[in-house]
Amino acid sequence: MSYCKQEGKDRIIFVTKEDHEAPSNAELIADDPNDPYEDQGLILPSGEINWNCPCLGGMASGPCGTQFKEAFSCFHYSNEEVKGSECIDNFRAMQECMQKYPELYPQEDENEGVAAGGADATAPDSSPAPVASSDSTLSSPTPESAPSSDNTPPTDSQAAS
Amino acid sequence: MWTCKNLWKKLAPLARSSSTLCRQNARGVLLNNERRLPLVPQAHMSSGTPGSRGDNNLYYLLVGATCVGGGFYAYRTIKGDKERYQERINEIASRPNKVVPEQPITEAPGEQAAETPQEIAPVTEDAPVETPEVTPIVEEVSPEVAAVEQEDPPTTPEAEIAPESVVEPAPEESVGTPDADPVVKSEPTPVAGSLPAETAEPQTTTETESAAEPATVAPAEVPAPTPVEFPSHAPYLLIGGGTASFAAARSIRARDPGARVLIITDEPDLPYMRPPLSKELWFSDDPSVVDTLRFKQWNGKERSIYFQPPSFYVSPQDLEKVENGGVAVLTGKKVVHMDVRGNKVTLSDDTEISYDKCLIATGGIPRNLQVIERAGEEVTKRTTLFRKVEDFKALDKVSRDTKSITIIGGGFLGSELACALGRRSADSDLEVIQMFPEKGNMGKVLPEYLSNWTTAKVKSEGVAVITEALVKAVSFKDGKVEIKLKDGRVVKTDHIVAAVGLEPSVELAKSAGLEVDSDFGGFRVNAELQARSNIWVAGDAACFYDIRLGRRRVEHHDHAVVSGRLAGENMTGANKPYWHQSMFWSDLGPDVGYEAIGIVDSSLPTVGVFAKATAKDTPKAATEKSGTGIRSESETEGTASSPVASSTPEPPPVLEQKDNYGKGVIFYLRDKVVVGIILWNVFNRMPVARKIIKDGEEHADLNEVAKLFNIHDD
Repeated sequence: MSYCKQEGKDRIIFVTKEDHEAPSNAELIADDPNDPYEDQGLILPSGEINWNCPCLGGMASGPCGTQFKEAFSCFHYSNEEVKGSECIDNFRAMQECMQKYPELYPQEDENEGVAAGGADATAPDSSPAPVASSDSTLSSPTPESAPSSDNTPPTDSQAAS
Repeated sequence: MWTCKNLWKKLAPLARSSSTLCRQNARGVLLNNERRLPLVPQAHMSSGTPGSRGDNNLYYLLVGATCVGGGFYAYRTIKGDKERYQERINEIASRPNKVVPEQPITEAPGEQAAETPQEIAPVTEDAPVETPEVTPIVEEVSPEVAAVEQEDPPTTPEAEIAPESVVEPAPEESVGTPDADPVVKSEPTPVAGSLPAETAEPQTTTETESAAEPATVAPAEVPAPTPVEFPSHAPYLLIGGGTASFAAARSIRARDPGARVLIITDEPDLPYMRPPLSKELWFSDDPSVVDTLRFKQWNGKERSIYFQPPSFYVSPQDLEKVENGGVAVLTGKKVVHMDVRGNKVTLSDDTEISYDKCLIATGGIPRNLQVIERAGEEVTKRTTLFRKVEDFKALDKVSRDTKSITIIGGGFLGSELACALGRRSADSDLEVIQMFPEKGNMGKVLPEYLSNWTTAKVKSEGVAVITEALVKAVSFKDGKVEIKLKDGRVVKTDHIVAAVGLEPSVELAKSAGLEVDSDFGGFRVNAELQARSNIWVAGDAACFYDIRLGRRRVEHHDHAVVSGRLAGENMTGANKPYWHQSMFWSDLGPDVGYEAIGIVDSSLPTVGVFAKATAKDTPKAATEKSGTGIRSESETEGTASSPVASSTPEPPPVLEQKDNYGKGVIFYLRDKVVVGIILWNVFNRMPVARKIIKDGEEHADLNEVAKLFNIHDD
């Protein structure tokens, strides 16, 4: 069982694992997914891409930002059977641009240029502390899983193509 | 005047001779008259001209000739002066041409006004390319312009008023024509863009430039590694080159396609992150870390403190023409004046840059103790005010060269540096002392029991901690810095690091007409970080309105990122208030860390929920599990006092003695609402903490809230 003590204005409670086993009865207010104040995930409620998402790192703002935006937009709005198949030219332009800046867009893996570049660029964006980095990268509010799940498939399928 | 004098000198003999002649004539006549008419009275002499009528004519002739001669001489003199002056100008104009390459000079004659073609001619003839780099076209125009300006000082002593007035319209004209001509001549846009800046420069600097120094023609001529050229207009101007500024630049570029962003910083470095300077860089195994400035992140990946390598940025002179825009950084320049009505700023070298939207992210400068400032040069040169990269490099060197370092200040920076240096002292015989007025490290942040625990941890890192220490006087005696404390203790050391707070840089407030907050310092801005119509402020310098927590000013890294991003969003039309609560963290050595969010002030009542070590846990297992490593020290936390809560458990007596603040959650309350949370050795739970603060609800039982954090899991 837990015990607690008071040191002046400060209260200290010690709890065992068993003490915390029962689910919490603390009430949290439900989040509004369309809250305009909140930081949005990669995909905005309107369906558009949030270019300012920390998860993109500096991809949309760097020297090849324009090419990246074009390629990714094309992919995002693509309704082809193989998603993004008509966007080859955009991706090629993006890759050509990225090859001009090997320092910014490391070329370890040609196919995963975007994914790796996105991941590498994510790191610079976030602060080096444990939660801080996951914090800045996960810009979506806690209960929202939709934006973050949207995030992963595009990069995965890009890697595949 | 001079010519008048010479004129008179020449004329004087003539005048004298003519007057003598006249007098002689007069005498002659007089004598004659006297002989002829001895009885004629004197008065008769005075009537009419002296001498006979024939003599009068001669006199007239002489005077007339004199005047004509004088006039002719004056004309000749002036003409000669003008020629001499032209020669002088040519000579001076040929001097600055050492910087001027030949190519555009051929265009120049066509460009300049008719009055100055002679100057351009010698310019074309002798244009030795002495500087190694090829300076852009603008620079050639500006030396010419400035050379024209140079005319004024050297010739003032020599020239008459007339030539001077001839000179002055010339600079105006030639200054004016470069403006029009580039448009006609289809030169690249940076020339057109920067010419107004260049022309503005010479006009403002005419007085300041001295005659003998063409070198002062300058900013364009400085043979620096990078040609110092700046655009005269930046759609997005960011003052300050730190974390907030970079975050804003990234935000603007993401939201405004093709945006052109200019960052102006007075540091020589590109934007970098500050936390590693007092943490990770000190723990690096790489001996060349001082030069590479690379560190290992928590996830094992290595990176540089610089947000982006230099290839990310566009050079300032290309900013206006590069196709898709970009971010340019102007280093080593300070903004000294801001004209809000005219939407422009003035740099320390009198350049003006206009903007559409401006962000002020000037951060601050470290505070110093008055006793140190007044202690004399021997003390101040042994004192480090730690903030920038150069301070890190200097302190690193000091830590290798001296035997004793004292850190004054017990907050984040002081404690982190103490732990870092303490760790280093394990390998060398460096003595590390930390002193502060509070009772324990982080005394203003952590509740007392935790502050005591932290102090013990810092001591175990090899730091001699002196608590409740008020510095009364500092002096330099016998080769040592002597610190006298108010209670009489004396500390002798080699070097001082003062970590006593940050003074926000608000020098621009006066010229820009911006409000400065009296409670927190910094520029006062609204919830959208806006100070005035086109001006936003972010980072350490912003005293902003937090909708949830009230007006505050935050000096943490994540806040700089969050506020910079928000400012960038609002500069591109978002109009969002500060809502995403920023967090901060601190490491006490590489093993112990905590994260916090919101208002974390030790004067507030707190409720701490800690994971209790059960009978199953051994100290060793608990150490390995939570990674703290100093279970033994926590025994100093005193024996358990009688619990207040009604539920009195029956833990084994041994464990009851040990108050293990190994891991837990601490809530800071204001009017029963949680306004701040510390996650003590509990990671990846920040979103939960953020949610609780955002709700701003009154919770009856904080233990229930603590359950949300699952502190017992790893």
